[in-house]
Parts: sequence; C-alpha cells; structure tokens
Amino acid sequence: MTSMTFGRAINAGLRRAMEQDPRVLIMGEDVGKLGGVFRITDGLQKDFGPLRVVDTPLAESGIMGTAVGLAFRGYRPVVEIQFDGFIYPAFDQIVSQVAKMHYRTRGAVKLPLTIRVPFGGGIGSPEHHSESPEAYFTHTSGLRVISVSNPQDAYTMIQQAIASDDPVLYFEPKRRYHVKGEVDEAAAPQLPMGTARVLNEGSDVTLVAYGPLVPTARDAAVAASDEGVSVEVIDLRSLAPIDFATVEASVRKTGRLVITHEAAQSGGLGAEIAASITERCFDYLEHAPVRVTGFDIPYPASRLESHHLPDLDRILDGVDCAMDRPSSLAGVVSGSAAS
Amino acid sequence: MRIQVSLHTPVRHPENSGSSPIDPYVQLVSPDGVRTPDPLYDRWIEDIDGARLQELYIDMAVIRRIDTEATALQRQGELGLWPPLLGQEAAQIGSVRSLRSSDFVFPSYRENGVAYCRGVKVRDLMRVWRGNAGAGWDPYQVNMAPTQVIIGAQALHAAGYAMGITRDGTDDAVISYFGDGATSQGDVSEAMVFAASFNSPVVFFCSNNQWAISEPVALQAQVPIANRAPGFGIPSIRVDGNDVLAVMAATREALDRARSGNGPTFIEAVTYRMGPHTTADDPTRYRDSAELDQWRRKDPLSRLQALLASMGLFSDEFAAEAGRRADDVAAELRAACLGMPDPLPADVFAHVYSEPHSWLDRQQEQYSRYLSGFAGEENR
Repeated sequence: MTSMTFGRAINAGLRRAMEQDPRVLIMGEDVGKLGGVFRITDGLQKDFGPLRVVDTPLAESGIMGTAVGLAFRGYRPVVEIQFDGFIYPAFDQIVSQVAKMHYRTRGAVKLPLTIRVPFGGGIGSPEHHSESPEAYFTHTSGLRVISVSNPQDAYTMIQQAIASDDPVLYFEPKRRYHVKGEVDEAAAPQLPMGTARVLNEGSDVTLVAYGPLVPTARDAAVAASDEGVSVEVIDLRSLAPIDFATVEASVRKTGRLVITHEAAQSGGLGAEIAASITERCFDYLEHAPVRVTGFDIPYPASRLESHHLPDLDRILDGVDCAMDRPSSLAGVVSGSAAS
Repeated sequence: MRIQVSLHTPVRHPENSGSSPIDPYVQLVSPDGVRTPDPLYDRWIEDIDGARLQELYIDMAVIRRIDTEATALQRQGELGLWPPLLGQEAAQIGSVRSLRSSDFVFPSYRENGVAYCRGVKVRDLMRVWRGNAGAGWDPYQVNMAPTQVIIGAQALHAAGYAMGITRDGTDDAVISYFGDGATSQGDVSEAMVFAASFNSPVVFFCSNNQWAISEPVALQAQVPIANRAPGFGIPSIRVDGNDVLAVMAATREALDRARSGNGPTFIEAVTYRMGPHTTADDPTRYRDSAELDQWRRKDPLSRLQALLASMGLFSDEFAAEAGRRADDVAAELRAACLGMPDPLPADVFAHVYSEPHSWLDRQQEQYSRYLSGFAGEENR
C-alpha cells in the first residue's frame, strides 16, 4: 500500500495502463509538457513521448473526433477534457459518434475511448469550471459513466475504463484531487467496473452519493449517528449503469432513501434513482425518496457556491425528512405543500 | 456582378458566388469531350489508356444505374430514403479509383458509388436506406467507415485515423468526403487544424455540388471553398468535378503527397447535384430549370462518352456492354433489397455495448417476456 493523493492515483493508473498496452494514447489540451492544468498527466509525456501523450490543438470536438478516428485505427485514446464546462463543444462527437459507432456498425467498430472530465464545484472558479454534466451522458445509450471518490478507486477504475471496449466517461471530482489515501498498486483491476460500494452499514436510512459528495455523505452519517440515526452510505461509483441491486438491497433493509448530488435536481440522476428504486421496492419504502442536490440554476459565482452545493447540514436535513422528522423538506417531499 | 440582397435574405445565386466554376480550376477533358493538355496534371494520368478510360466509363454507368434503381425503389416504398448521386459520378469514381485497398475512406451519406467501388455488396449498400441496420457493411472488410449523417463529423475521424497511420509508420492514406455545406461546420475546420498541425496523411475531398439541400453554396462560402485550406497551411486543388480524369489526377497528386510524408491536401471538386438532396425534397422549389440545363451540358458521362467516341472506343458493342453491366447490378440490387429479411426483435438491443450492461439487460429481458406473451398468435 502506498499513500498518495487522488490526482497522483489517477496518474499512476494511467501510467500502468500505458505500460501494459502500447495502443493506449493520451490526448488533450496541455496534457504534455505541462502535465495538464491539474497535473494529472504529469511526467507521462517525458516517459512515453509526444506520440503517446499528445498535446492537441485547442478544439474539444477536434480532440474527440480525432480520437474516434484513432480508435477506428485500433488505438485506445484517453482524452482529457480540461474542465467540465468545456465538454459541450465535444457533445456532438460524444453522443452521435462515440456512443453510437458500435451499435451502428453492429459491433464491427469498437470505440474504447476513455473521456476524463474534472468535474464539480467547490474550488472557487469562474463560470464553466464547476459544472456537473453527468446526466447528459448517463442518458446516452452506448456510453458508460463512472465517478470515483477515493484514490484507490481512482487508480483501479481508470485502468478498468481504459481496458473496457466500451467508451467510458470518467468524472473526477476536482475538489478532491489533493486528498490523500492508501492505494494498493498491486491490485489487479477486474471487470466489470459497475459495482457500487456500501461505504458504511446502517439500518435507518440509505444515503446514495457519488464522486465529490461521498466524503460529505460519510461525514453526514457520522453526524447522524450522534443523533441516533443509523445511515447506510452507498458510493455508486458507476453512474451508467447504476448498480441498482446494491441500492435495492439497502433500501429493503432501511425503508428510506436519500440521494445527493451536486448537479441540478430536475431530470438529474437523483430522479432516476428515486424512480427506479420506487419501482423495485415500493412496498418496502416508509417514506418517499428524498433528493438533496444542487439547484436548477446555472452554476453560480464562487461566492454563492456554498449555497448551491449540498453540504453536511443540507444532507442531514434530507435525512431528517426521510425519517419523518422536522426538516425544511418536510411536506415538500410528501406532497402536502403547494407545488 | 453581385445581386443586391437584404441582410435578412442572404441568398445569392451560386453563379454569383466566388465558388462558381468560372474561377480557375483543373480540367483535362472539356465538356464536349476534348482532351485538353495540362502541364501540371497530365503526368498523374499518363497510365490511363483507352481500356482504363472504358473501365471508368463503365464504373460511372453502373453507379448511375444503382442510383436510378435505388431512387425507383424508394418511390415504390421499398427504401425509407435515398440520397441520389446523379451528376456526381466523375467526382466519386475519379477519386475512389485512385485509392489503394489499404487506404481508408470516411464518407458522407452520398458516397454510395464510392462504397460500391470499395467492394461493398449491393445488399449491404441498401441496408441503411432500407432501414435494416445503422450501417450496411463491416468497415474493416472494405476499409470504409459507415455512411455519416452528421454533417462534417467524418472529417475529424479521418484526421484521427491519419494520425494513427503516422504512428504505425505505414504509407497508407485516408480520404474524407463531404459536401460544400459541410465546410461551414466547425468539425471540418477543426479537422484541417489537426491534419495540418500533425502533418497527417489525409485527403479532404469536398464534393461541391452547389447545393446543401435548398441552400446555395453562396450561403456557405464567399470565395472558392478551395481557398480556405491554404489558410490552415494545407495545399488545395480546385478541379472540374465532372471530369473524371481531372478528379483522378488531383486525387493521385494528393495521395502521393500524403504517402510521402508531406501531409494533407484539400480538393474541391466542382460538380452539380442533378437530382434532389434526398428523395424527401423537391428541388423545383428552390432552383430553376435553366441552371439544371446549364449543368446537364457538363454531364460527366456524356463527356467521357464523347472523349471515347473521338478515340474510336465508344462502339455500339461497348455501349451495350456498359448497359448490360449496369442492368445486371441493378437487377441484383433490386433482388437483394426485396429479399432482405427484417432484423429480429432481439437485434434492437444488440451491440449497444461490448460488455454486459445491467440496465439494458433488464429491459431486454422484460421485452422478451412481453413478446413471449404473443407466442403462437400468428398461427391462430
């Protein structure tokens, strides 16, 4: 086991994938000499050369579209989108080409792209640097979407994403890049990668989180236990597909579900999880599923982001609601408040 | 002279745009079939003797017949849609017959003649338009990507594939086809940036057929489209796209540049789409018949026929042979289209992913149960 930061763990995972497969290429803006604006690809161009770690022109659609062509030729490109808000110029290539080529060609053409996206807020950036666009991609068939929350998963799952023959969006919670954790570099990643993890067991409420909010959710569970509420925290890890079996088993036990994410609420992943779990275990639910999310607003200026991002107290407020205790959401969720 | 127009209706006639054929371009055979010497480009087609010219004519006659037959099948309700290539035979044949089999093609949806010449079976050519599959052929069997509907997206795929060739160290090349409308898309410009920056072995082949559905080329470009590429650092050639020899000469020169490590080339083949954009639109709503008549006089097949006749190579027997070849392909195409079995219900779920996917597996299982509820009903 080695102690390393989240960002370093991704770097180590990339390095290992490149060592193991000469077809793996890294492409993106500033990924070479600079090592990326977050230094995630630091040192890779020096060791693997400019033909395998490619500084590209400043054009997101161009990066994605040429990666499609490289995949046609048998390469396995790992594409870095510099910031979440910059992925939209590449949206067409991702949803119309990357996601559909395998289906379109009845499996003849594989597109094993990994699209790395530093995402989410909490770093005090200007606009377009703190977005949570994951739901656009979980809605797109043909893509796999994962979001990691700790250095070990970051290390393991980047390798799984690269090894997968399917295109994978790999959402990195940028505000956690400098968090340290233990990483077992000897652990061989095994497919499939779409398994959720029960972070800590509880009996009263199931709290589902992913990516940047997983540590906050865990903190909320500790705080709730001080108030006598036992919270089971699930780190989804895979957002498409979601490991509903794990969530379902937990909700059958607790009867209550809270989902938290930074992305806007309406049409978001929380809605999908609430609907799917209601379909699967309606008879076990003691309370309607509760969502604690970002608001339906463009990502706000940094001096407002603390209001937008779910924090420990807002998550606890959601837990209270699910427990039928007084909360700001009481009535809103049960439907007695005017909509 | 330019027509005065209001800012709200910025539509000019293509004849008045900088992209009309009155600008200089490479032409080796005049519209009435006279071979005109060209000191720069003759060398690229020195090997094209009478027999090869006859083959090129047969190619063009066959793909014109494919087009006619497919259009008829669409009118008969057997194809959902068809994008005719009528008028663009020389651009497709002159370019595709310049390629090696190991080169890779990234087409638009209109390069059905190119696909046929790459070895795509007529049955597979019909699949997409019949609604049978998203792509008709295995790209690796013919080294040609599936038809591309998103305008210009394939130019980037070509640029990326060419980057892969450079890494592999081979002397293969890539050609990407797109229309004049696609040159307005960011992806085509980005493809030129990437190709120029990485000196990639790619040929950008713009079939300027003057119309993007109802929009004239003047709405896409105010100077010849070929003029754009030098701004990206890419040499460009403007050719008479209805002259199969000029297209071949230009494509061979571009491929030679790519293979010898000298990077991308942009070709603007000035041609004309004689029919509709697809079988879904009506060109009489947006263009006048005088324009069509003017282009009819530049027809690529009659031009080559005149050249062959002047060489004593267009006999009744040869004309009959070309007609027979075209008729055979058309008959094969019709039979393959009508005899194509529908895909199975389970095919709707097939190949979305390479590996199992729990969401989709669940939906497939549910739908399979639903369908099994109808088992035996067709026998009642």
